[in-house]
Amino acid sequence: MTSEQNDNEQMVELRGIRKSFGDLEVVKGIDLNIAKGEFFSLLGPSGCGKTTLLRMIAGLETPDDGTIVISQQSMNGVDANKRPTNMVFQSYAIFPHLNVGENVAYGLIKQRLPKAEIRQRVDAMLKMVDLDGYYNRPSYALSGGQRQRVALARALILEPKVLLLDEPLSALDKKLREQMQDELRRIQRTLGITFILVTHDQEEALIMSDRIAVMFDGNIAQLGTPKEIYDKPLSKRVASFIGVMNFLKGKCVGETKTDIKVEVATLGQVSFSRDLVPEGVSLDHLNIGFRPEMFTVLYDKKEKAENTFMSEVKNVDYYGDMTYYTLALPNSDMDITVSMRNTSGRYVYGLGEAIRVGWRSSSLLILN
Amino acid sequence: MKKPPLLLFSFVIIYLVFLYAPIMLLPIFAFNDSSIIAFPLSGFTVDWFVGLMGENTLHRALKNSLIIAITAAVISTCFGILTARAMARHNFLGKRPSFGLIMAPLFLPEIIIGVALLIVLIQLGISLNIWTVILGHILICTPFSVSILYSAFNNMDKSIEEASLDLGETRFGTFRRVIFPLVKPGVIASLLICFTISLDEFVIAFFLTGVEPTLPVYIWAQLRFPSKLPSIMALGFILLLLSLILLAIFEYYRRRSETLIGNQPS
Amino acid sequence: MSSIFRNINASLAGWRLIGTPFLFGFLLLVAPLFLMIALSFWTQDYLDLDRTPTLNNYRDIFSHPVYVLLIKRSVIISLIVTITTVLLAFPMAYYISFYGGRYKAIWLFLITIPFWTSYLLRIFLWKIILGYNGVVNSGLQSLNLIEEPLSFILYNANAVVIALAHAWAPFAILPIFVALERIDRSMLEAAKDLGDTAIRSFMRVTLPLAMPGIVSAALIVFIPTIGDYVTPRLVGGKDGLMVANMIQVQFSKANNAPLGAALAITSLLTVLLISLGFLFFNRRYLRKQSS
Repeated sequence: MTSEQNDNEQMVELRGIRKSFGDLEVVKGIDLNIAKGEFFSLLGPSGCGKTTLLRMIAGLETPDDGTIVISQQSMNGVDANKRPTNMVFQSYAIFPHLNVGENVAYGLIKQRLPKAEIRQRVDAMLKMVDLDGYYNRPSYALSGGQRQRVALARALILEPKVLLLDEPLSALDKKLREQMQDELRRIQRTLGITFILVTHDQEEALIMSDRIAVMFDGNIAQLGTPKEIYDKPLSKRVASFIGVMNFLKGKCVGETKTDIKVEVATLGQVSFSRDLVPEGVSLDHLNIGFRPEMFTVLYDKKEKAENTFMSEVKNVDYYGDMTYYTLALPNSDMDITVSMRNTSGRYVYGLGEAIRVGWRSSSLLILN
Repeated sequence: MKKPPLLLFSFVIIYLVFLYAPIMLLPIFAFNDSSIIAFPLSGFTVDWFVGLMGENTLHRALKNSLIIAITAAVISTCFGILTARAMARHNFLGKRPSFGLIMAPLFLPEIIIGVALLIVLIQLGISLNIWTVILGHILICTPFSVSILYSAFNNMDKSIEEASLDLGETRFGTFRRVIFPLVKPGVIASLLICFTISLDEFVIAFFLTGVEPTLPVYIWAQLRFPSKLPSIMALGFILLLLSLILLAIFEYYRRRSETLIGNQPS
Repeated sequence: MSSIFRNINASLAGWRLIGTPFLFGFLLLVAPLFLMIALSFWTQDYLDLDRTPTLNNYRDIFSHPVYVLLIKRSVIISLIVTITTVLLAFPMAYYISFYGGRYKAIWLFLITIPFWTSYLLRIFLWKIILGYNGVVNSGLQSLNLIEEPLSFILYNANAVVIALAHAWAPFAILPIFVALERIDRSMLEAAKDLGDTAIRSFMRVTLPLAMPGIVSAALIVFIPTIGDYVTPRLVGGKDGLMVANMIQVQFSKANNAPLGAALAITSLLTVLLISLGFLFFNRRYLRKQSS
């Protein structure tokens, strides 16, 4: 947490941002506020407009319409080189003819600072990104992870108000990616700079962000904390993009002042608070969703649950820490996925085995 | 490596002999102690090289050719940079036709270019001199420069330029600090190749040169006199060595260009 | 609306760069070519030009057997040179691409070295090789294979073809090599895997895929060759002269620039027509291959 008075301060404000390439509108009127010191992610499939939005914040693309305000200053007509933002590019864009130190010093040299000061700041920054002693290393001799660190150091050394990261980890292998995720988070907390991350990797967004905007087709489909996005996705599309979600059909069969009663296909009748029903859904055709981990396999015959049903295992995906079962819903040809954590000694069912599943009404979601 | 079929391999060897046959004769007759260019050889001499020192017309032709080749190389390379950059980075109305026009001299018979230019110059009443040759040479060198530089500009990661802007550098500063250093080997390669092409070009120079001969025009005139042939062989041998040195430098910079921009050297 | 403005802006950025070289090319190539076309419809009246449009120059060309013969001969020589050069270049390019291994760059270098000698001298050296007392004849004589020097190899069309097939070799090898390099080797293995013999897979896979390279090689040799001036003059003799030599004569000794311009345009059009026809047939061939 940074000092109290800054907590509510907006760092980046987007007002009605639109952008088309030729006949294709890729950003369709986006309004968004990003707070100072926030780690914010733009998450979406490729082509959803997230990178274009980021590039407009950086000043590398000009919006067709709308205003970008950074730190209370309108960025209309301000070129990329005059903005208080710096970017880590997807390809890292390391200058191939310069060595590590010259790459990191690039922006400082432009500012005509004294040589000694530049050297001192570059060394400090290299230390920060764990590249101590790499000053004279030629850029072609760097590994992917090292390139990423150079790109990061090069951007951070200019002390930007906002750091923009365009899929910075997508080129790294899984282990290195996880390590860099932690490190980025650590650096962001240490410096208190606003980070805006563009990613298509939902897991990465969930782990790293304070808030996430899920984007589809040039619009923000949902905005919220990782927990909100995962637990309470507003639409079927968001739900299926983030994590695994089972979908069932539902139909409203009775209403009271506070609740509606829904007949969920083959599972039975469930009551929902009206607060949980998203606006504009048709009560006759409801999309009901639940996460695989919300249903529990009941290993012991005596184990109790609010609701239970019997099924047969149709497929088993064993992940080591988790097992995913594909089960047939009773009296239906639909399949659902249920996951169980493999605690020590826990039985793993095989194909065709009978299995008893328990669930709670509150784990079902109504989706748009 | 797979082994090639014997037939193919023999063909390759014979073809190489065919390709090298003419230039193998150059040193042979350049050092042959006989004023007649024919076998059998009679003895070793360097007289023909010594003789070149006293040829004033040759020195003038050489000076003209150097002025023409250097000027044409510099201007063609500038045109090459502009064209390659526009082709690699911009989409604009009339992109393909204008590119086609700039590259057209590559596909036109040189005599057509020479004659067409000659007609215009005569109609405009401009007298022929080394500058008219330079104009013609820029025309034929530019396509070569474009094809060398296009890949340098096209293979450069666009985000490298954007990164420079993003780090606070101006557009001009980005050109000076990033783009130019990266295409510099390509620029040098282009200068060398244009210089070599211009130095060797005959037909256009033949049509457009006035009283001031270029080196090839001088050689052409000398070929009529059998007694001059041995010294022309010596001159040719010097030119060959010079070209090979330039070519080696060119190759070095072409590879540098490719490694810098991150391509596999081929 | 705004998208139109953006397009104009983008166009301006491009034109700011390409504008100068384009203007240069326009003024020194397109404009002269148009003036040449105009000139071909005028008449030379001793030192003056009569600018009344007339077809007389073209009528002259087609009524004088010597001009028609020169154009015909130039086209035939160019075609033979093209075919010879491409036929010789293909196996070389194939060898470098498929058997060059790590040494491809060195092979390509090896092939270009001979072409950094003065063009004039290269052609002239063929005269020495093919001449009456030349390398070929003295060699064959010393081996007692012939008694009299061969005379059919110099100062005729054969000599022109040999010298030109040599002069244009790298221009044919390089495009074919590039096309062969682009062929996905796994495709050839697939063809073999599917039971094609080496020859069949060559005919059905390699050759059609190399076709774009062969086409550019053919055009890059054919078009400039027809206007070659030096080679026919040095090794062509009387029977090997080509149209470029006549164009040059018209612009100098004969002092009939309009006729020269008409000759240049006639031969240029002939080349373009043949090239277009060639491209058309090639496209049909490729379509047939792919269907």
